[in-house]
Order: sequence, then structure tokens, then C-alpha cells
Amino acid sequence: MSVTTCAAPDQAAPIPASVDLEKETVISGTVLATNGDPVAGAYVRLLDRTGEFTAEVVTSPAGRFRFFAAPGQWTVRALSRFGNGGGEVSVARGVNEFQVSVS
Amino acid sequence: MSRDTALVSADWAEKNLEAPGVVFVEVDEDTSAYDGGHIPGAIKIDWKTDLQDQVRRDFVNKKQFEALLSERGISNDDTVILYGGNNNWFAAYAYWYFKLYGHGDVKLLDGGRKKWELDARPYSKDVPQRAATQYTAQEQDLSIRAFRDDVVAAIGVKNLVDVRSPDEFAGRLLAPAHLPQEQAQRAGHVPTAISVPWSKAANEDGTFKTDDDLRDIYSAAGLDTSKETIAYCRIGERSSHTWFVLHELLGEPSVKNYDGSWTEYGSLVGVPVALGDEPGTLEA
Repeated sequence: MSVTTCAAPDQAAPIPASVDLEKETVISGTVLATNGDPVAGAYVRLLDRTGEFTAEVVTSPAGRFRFFAAPGQWTVRALSRFGNGGGEVSVARGVNEFQVSVS
Repeated sequence: MSRDTALVSADWAEKNLEAPGVVFVEVDEDTSAYDGGHIPGAIKIDWKTDLQDQVRRDFVNKKQFEALLSERGISNDDTVILYGGNNNWFAAYAYWYFKLYGHGDVKLLDGGRKKWELDARPYSKDVPQRAATQYTAQEQDLSIRAFRDDVVAAIGVKNLVDVRSPDEFAGRLLAPAHLPQEQAQRAGHVPTAISVPWSKAANEDGTFKTDDDLRDIYSAAGLDTSKETIAYCRIGERSSHTWFVLHELLGEPSVKNYDGSWTEYGSLVGVPVALGDEPGTLEA
């Protein structure tokens, strides 16, 4: 599995002020190429525990993505011109930060 | 209709970027995507400001559609190739408009922006200037458009295909969280509708699955091809994607898109609504 949890959730992530992190479950992160550079324009999709498509976003110029989900098991898949990556993640309320490597 | 007449591949597109009589049109929910780079030579249509009436809740009418295409430099005999983000949802929505107003030759780019990006094909930021035309549209082809009364009359009689996510179907969610202004008053689905999320029809690179796979998906979900079909979603764009699959790729003869979709149906007074993961019954 190529999704790794950062030791500490990135509290600096620019979440809109209107989002209540006591209630929301944020799955966010960065897509990285094998050389460690962030990948802009990657397609990141969130699949539910049954593998059903739930949402898809395109990464920012800094390679960032973010979903608003619910606590539980999810799969994060990243597709890019540099390759694909991803894996299963287990998330709780608050910000859940991941790095997704593509190759 | 079939795959050969309704769809082009990214390879075909890249070879025909400058072909005379071929117009590439990007249609997006996020219209800034075009400005950041698009298929070279493509023009832009904004699904909301260009394709919807800005006062009434309805499409642009025939006259408005003619004015739009004339101003963008599209003529009646052009081959129009539509593509966009969101797995071509909004491009499929525009495709349905072009068919509704009788455009002769319109196709979708298989995989849209995503496939183009994943293949690492070129983008351009140049905005082409096309000379204005005198576009003439046909009257709306209502054989592909369903209204609310058609949907109510179809309960338990025709195929109703709900293409939203399973949570929206069951009534656990009203809408994807980023568009709260388009919520209906009630959650759930039209009784007797089967749930076939649009995403079942697409590969993860955004291209459509094969015809055989597509037929299997809908028959396994309980679609009775001897009956007429109405597809709906929340605002009519994801169901355009499914309408495209059933009517244009698989050639099912009678398929309508209900563009009012759940934001209209779920706000109607007095109509039946079903909750939960099962289709439910008229009595629900």
C-alpha cells in the first residue's frame, strides 16, 4: 500500500472557516511523484467500503486534494500522467492527512 | 446510434485537432479549468450561464440556443466534439442539448479531460476566434426529454433509473456537499426506480465500458429493455451520462432524460417518495 499517514495531521491545511471540524471528517493530502515532487492535475477518487465511486477531485498546483466524508474505511485512488497509486485508509472525525505516491 | 457515431477516442481527437469542419467544445462545471489549459483549438461553453435560462428554471430556448451557437461560431454542418471534466458529465449534458435541438453531427470525446490528462496530451491556453455563423436549431425533440408528469406516470410502469450515488438514492444524503443551494425539500427516490449509479458505466480513466459490459450492468440491475426508460439524477447532468450510454451507445430506442430530476421531484407536493436501498412500490 502506498498511502502513508503523516505522523501529525496538518492543522495548517486551508479548510474553509465555515467547516466545523468537530463534525466533519476531512480526508486530505498530497499526491507525490516518485521523485517526491507534488503532482498537479492528478485525479483523486474516493471509493466507499464496497468499492463504489463516491467522489473525485483534481489536485491543486501544489498536488493537494480534499474530501468531506464520514468516519470509517475508504479507498483513495490517484491517477496521473506519472502513474497511479493509492490504497485503503481508516479515518476519524477531524482532519485525516495522507500522502499518495504515484508511479 | 452506436459507439462509432456517438464517440471519438483521444487518439482520433489529437489527429483531428485542425480538421476542417470539426469543432472541439469544452463544457465544464468548473469553467476555470478551460482557462488553465484546454485541448488546442477548443472553445468553451458554460453549462450554467450559456445553456440555462437565467430567469426561468429551464433550458435556453430555441432562439437562445441559436444565438449561442451563432456567436460561438458553430454552424449546422460542423462536427461538434464535446468533452469536459467530471468524467464528461457536463459534456454529456451538452450533447443531450445538441441532440434536443437537432444538431446533425455531435460526438463525445471518450474519457474527456481526464483521459487527455492521463495520456499526457497537449493543452493550450490560446482562445480561438471563430467567425460568427447563422445557426438554425430544430424544435426540441421531446422524445428524449421527460417532464415531472411523465415521471409520476411512469412509476411501476416504465423503467426509472436513478443514477445518483447509493446514499442519495436511499435518502441518507440530499446532494454532494459542495452544492447545498440545489437541494430538494425531501430525500429519497421515485418509487420503483432502480439504482444504477452513473459511475458503473465508466472506467476509472473516464472512458465508457464496453457495450457488453454496459448491457450486463443494466440487465443485472433489472432494466427491462422491452419498456421505455426515464433516467434522472439530482440536476440532470449525471443522468445525461446514463442517457448517453443507453440511447447513444447501446441504441435503446426509447430513453428520456428527466432534467428536472430530484431537485424538482423531491420538492413536489403530493408525489410518492421511497426511502431506503430498495426500489419500493407505488404505495410507498
